[in-house]
Amino acid sequence: MIKAGLVGLGKMGISHCSIVNTHPEVDLVAVCDTSKFVLSCIGKYAGIKCFKNYKKMIDTCNLNCVIVATPTKFHADMVRYALKRNLHIFVEKPFCLHIDDGQEMVAIAERNNLVNQVGYHNRFIGTFQKVRDLVRDNTIGEVYHFLGEAYGPVVLKEKGGTWRSDMAEGGGCLYDYASHVINLVQFILGNPDSVSGSVLKKIYSKGVDDAVYATLLYNNGLSGQLSVNWSDETYRKMSTQVTILGKRGKIIADAQECKIYLRDEQAGAKLEKGWNLRYVTDLSQDVWFYLRGEEYSAQIDHFIQCIKTNNRDNINSFAGALQTDNIVNLLKNDAMARV
Amino acid sequence: MDRVIFGDNQFFAVNHMSDEKSRAQAMRFKDTRAVMDVLDIVYDLGIHTFMCTTHDRIAEVCDFIRADKQRYKDFKIYPCMPYAHKYANAVTELGIIGTLKRFMPGSILGTVARGGMAVAKQDFISMMKLLVDAEMTMFKGLDIEVIFLQNVVTDLLLGLGMKDFFVAFTEHVKEKYGAEAGFITMNMPLLLDKLEECGIENPIISSSINKIGFRMSGGKHLYETVIQERNFRPIAMQVLAAGSISPHEAIEYVCAQKRIQSILFGASTRAHIKQTKELIESMSWKENRS
Repeated sequence: MIKAGLVGLGKMGISHCSIVNTHPEVDLVAVCDTSKFVLSCIGKYAGIKCFKNYKKMIDTCNLNCVIVATPTKFHADMVRYALKRNLHIFVEKPFCLHIDDGQEMVAIAERNNLVNQVGYHNRFIGTFQKVRDLVRDNTIGEVYHFLGEAYGPVVLKEKGGTWRSDMAEGGGCLYDYASHVINLVQFILGNPDSVSGSVLKKIYSKGVDDAVYATLLYNNGLSGQLSVNWSDETYRKMSTQVTILGKRGKIIADAQECKIYLRDEQAGAKLEKGWNLRYVTDLSQDVWFYLRGEEYSAQIDHFIQCIKTNNRDNINSFAGALQTDNIVNLLKNDAMARV
Repeated sequence: MDRVIFGDNQFFAVNHMSDEKSRAQAMRFKDTRAVMDVLDIVYDLGIHTFMCTTHDRIAEVCDFIRADKQRYKDFKIYPCMPYAHKYANAVTELGIIGTLKRFMPGSILGTVARGGMAVAKQDFISMMKLLVDAEMTMFKGLDIEVIFLQNVVTDLLLGLGMKDFFVAFTEHVKEKYGAEAGFITMNMPLLLDKLEECGIENPIISSSINKIGFRMSGGKHLYETVIQERNFRPIAMQVLAAGSISPHEAIEYVCAQKRIQSILFGASTRAHIKQTKELIESMSWKENRS
């Protein structure tokens, strides 16, 4: 059994806690949070050992791995501490607020040969994996433009008061929502080289952006638009979509379906001329436990399997997430330059 | 429980296959009158159980039903609580305690103090009961036989191993509402184990059951065995697997699992509702004879 500890019992932390706790190859030994309220509930009803201090948890529990799901500003210190004690780490997105911190984590993880993964769960959604494969296999020809979108109803009123309403702590739509889309674009198309025309728009929030609009550019001529808004009440929950335009076709995909338009039939790929539909029901992988989406279980299982099989070629590594942090910073700087 | 239960996903832009279809549904069912028009069709076709989330809009549906009790005298409502996205989006914005403060009932006399006391004393079971009562307010005066815990909450508690809440929920809905507890889950075999472990006998469990094994954690084969061999009241939902199986094939599969008690489905047009109901009835008849 792999012995795991978990730091941070917010929305994602509790969800991870539930998933990890059911994993047949993991023993969730302890959890850590600063909220007495949450800890007392977990301690009393889930019977999991609770800590208020992550260092104490790490020092005393003889763990193999740690899951970090705290507010972003704490990631660097916690991950550094765990890495130096040779623990494999899964950390929530976004990775780090400062690039130099991120670079240090990547280097330590590599040096200590530790599994390192960041919670960009879109990479575990069947429809988006399909898009990545189709692009890689040149199915729609040379890709010349894309659109990456995410919308949801998080901030709909002028107020707030948690770390999510402070950009210095990693709050705002750019860190919370847009980072997912940027990471997904990187997964499918590789790393953009520059950004332009970035707008970080405040709609209801005062301290942070509620929407992000920008152009992403690649040196090879590929371009794309980012359109992300967490103050859109026409969506029931976060909804992410990518549209990829190629010289011989087009792909539109979200978490449910992948629509592929081809100029010519591709018998090898079992795709017809015109529109082809592929649904998540055909593309999703079975998981041992389901909470809010197969992808959340699949990413945790991937992390555990990487530890078990000594696989260091993680598909959602610190290094990849650092590239996302990098683009987030470019967008911030680009937007600020015009203020 | 009735053999056929009508669900409400289509009214609230829930489509597991397509965001586009979701949007079209949101437009079509903008007015609650449009929802009632479909429910009238459902009722007149002889489907008398409506399972619904505690979405704000359901409060309006309940108003319609209360306003014409004679017309809907046999209509049974199965509430599913909570409407999870309401809480999930709030947690992102407000944190966990902020969310509890927002939704802990404040308008009913006395509950402010009780709620405040429960939070201060960290009496989580009392908090759960207060939240259940808050969600139940909209159903006052209606015929409630079963009250369901929605799957995100059921499965979250299941994963955390917090079985005390399953017991407390079961007792609370029985004592306060004279209703049975139901549980919606995406992890049926695991949940059944847990419920039996904490002494909840012959539980009502609604879960995805379909021919392609979609959202059936643990696998289709395990589900089939559990349905055949264990003592519980299964309700099959997502039988069409978000539309990827033809209705005939889908219903045939579910009806072949003979111990499934009820089949839950949702649809927006008279033709679809009638077709699905008739398929269920004819296949159930056929399977029972064979």
